[in-house]
Amino acid sequence: MSNVVDIQHKEQSPPLPTNHETLLEVKDLKTYYPVKGGFFRRTVGHVKAVDGVSFTLKKGETLGLVGESGCGKSTAGRTILKLLKPTGGSIVFNGEDITKIRGGRLRERRKDFQMVFQDPYASLNPMQMVGDIVSEPIKNYYPRKKAKEIKQEVMELLNRVGLPDDAYYKYAHEFSGGQRQRIGIARALALKPKLIIADEPVSALDVSVQSQVLNLLNELQDDFNLTYLFIAHDLSVVKHMSDKIGIMYLGHIVEIADKKSIYEEPLHPYTQALISAVPEPNPKKKKERIVLEGDVPSPENPPSGCPFHTRCPVAVDKCSTIKPELKEVKPGRQVACILVD
Amino acid sequence: MNNFTDLQSQPPLLEVNNLETAFEIDGEWHNAVDNVSFQVKPKQVIGVVGESGCGKSVMSLSIMKLLPKGIGKIRNGDIKFNGINLEKLNDKEMNKVRGKDIAMIFQEPMTSLNPVFTIGFQLSESLHNHFNISKKDARKKVIHLLDKVGISRPEKVVDEYPHQLSGGMRQRVMIAMAIACEPKLLIADEPTTALDVTVQAQILELLQELQTTNDMSIILITHDLGVVAESCHEVIVMYAGEVVEQTDVVTLFESPKHPYTQLLMQSIPRMDQEEEVLASIEGIVPSLKNMPRQGCKFVDRCPKAMDECRSITPQLRESSPGHGVKCLLYETSWEQEGMKAK
Repeated sequence: MSNVVDIQHKEQSPPLPTNHETLLEVKDLKTYYPVKGGFFRRTVGHVKAVDGVSFTLKKGETLGLVGESGCGKSTAGRTILKLLKPTGGSIVFNGEDITKIRGGRLRERRKDFQMVFQDPYASLNPMQMVGDIVSEPIKNYYPRKKAKEIKQEVMELLNRVGLPDDAYYKYAHEFSGGQRQRIGIARALALKPKLIIADEPVSALDVSVQSQVLNLLNELQDDFNLTYLFIAHDLSVVKHMSDKIGIMYLGHIVEIADKKSIYEEPLHPYTQALISAVPEPNPKKKKERIVLEGDVPSPENPPSGCPFHTRCPVAVDKCSTIKPELKEVKPGRQVACILVD
Repeated sequence: MNNFTDLQSQPPLLEVNNLETAFEIDGEWHNAVDNVSFQVKPKQVIGVVGESGCGKSVMSLSIMKLLPKGIGKIRNGDIKFNGINLEKLNDKEMNKVRGKDIAMIFQEPMTSLNPVFTIGFQLSESLHNHFNISKKDARKKVIHLLDKVGISRPEKVVDEYPHQLSGGMRQRVMIAMAIACEPKLLIADEPTTALDVTVQAQILELLQELQTTNDMSIILITHDLGVVAESCHEVIVMYAGEVVEQTDVVTLFESPKHPYTQLLMQSIPRMDQEEEVLASIEGIVPSLKNMPRQGCKFVDRCPKAMDECRSITPQLRESSPGHGVKCLLYETSWEQEGMKAK
């Protein structure tokens, strides 16, 4: 946490109107990592991992964040959970501004938002029994709860995510990748959170196992009334899971809309390229592919104007000078491109 | 793709017959690749699909004769390349084939490149091994190769180290290395798995282009059915070391027959369709030690399994011309099949 820059702006945003429907509201979120250099290891620049991300998430909804590696989607997720300190902007969770809360109050809030991590091999402690892994958050927050009750609860959770009873006394290495991810999900559910941020939860799994975990996440959403922020790079997986999709590029959301519009009529040139690049399991369909040239520019030295103009197939001169704002072009559809209106 | 029918009549470039590759675990030999036969025609792209642990990579290592010495060996069958039996070649002769006639692209571009040598050095290594070429000419050729695989400023990259390149560029370097000696057969083991979709699109396009310009055959090992649909002519579906289905790409996607193939296809979320619940295959591929000795190896995970499946081992049979399936459902007569499928 300490390595995140703190350029807090002075003005306090006015208290936002609380909407019963809205669970999470992120406004102009920024997370910069410092770049140290020189003799005294002074900060010589910033990696703008997340640079002005805004969206709202309603209760029970799933927002998918997609983008290439290095676009800042994971950093955005971690910042919202306050695992990283935001450099700017605001995060309003359930009507409460949690951008600056710390200590006991943050700890209290943390019960409501949990995370499912990407690598089921690295995110579980190999020295702990599965039962201990899943009961740890409960013990942590309710130290007076009886051991018997906790065990009962954990057993139910393990069963709910599709693990056998004897899983309680086993260690993580005794399970396959898909089962480990189920353990990770059980741990995230232990405190009955309202929001779950799933960061690439299935990218390390085989297709057949991937579908099991996706189905489980969907069932749990209905059962526990969960809201998901689903971060992934696989567009077809995100489409399957999400109601709304945000496309990220170099720390910016370039387009956000409901999934149908995004897939049927992508408006931003980057979204169009991204969707056309997904290989479809249909050998007869030959689609027009927009192949982007080159790689994503470094977020340490992002291009001026539109972040995408260096690779954009339809860029005009203006694109290198004007930074497009994310604006509503149709009801429920926001695009950041000066060529779209 | 369009010259697919011409392919059929040509003699095969690579012929694998009844290949059995085994590994030694606790003093016992277990088959990781079991009785696999297939052919690769010149200029053909063959896709090999299956879950992890189904023997795809072991099969390609067997063809390259790169199995770990001592614990892995080819027990049975033969591999013929251009009519030469690779089994009979000694190490020195095999070294002449490897890299020159058959080349391989590995999955992880970071671990497959040596971090302490420059890109130019690593690329020219195979050129020096296979051709009598001067340093100056080799460098020229390397720059040309890097340019060919779409790396911008190749004259700079030639002197850079792997860590200075992005994942997509490293994979391009791996491809450049593989095509350096213009091989007739390229084995690509999950060449795009670690990459983003946009980069994946670039790499697949590049492979397709090289395949047509160099008249190369490709064995494309992948678990991504989308990639298979877009770039392969024929597909082999593998499960637990065996080929369970084998046919051309259009037939496979239009009428998959083996229950494993069907489930595999239904378990991927599709961009062009809306589905509420995805199909899934319960359980995992049995480990080598726990492989059923008798009957179908997929039986424990198969929704259509019958009692006979445990006792009778199915054979890979043609259910229609050019469409091989290894499943008891298709070994019985039509009527019975219809009843059982219900």
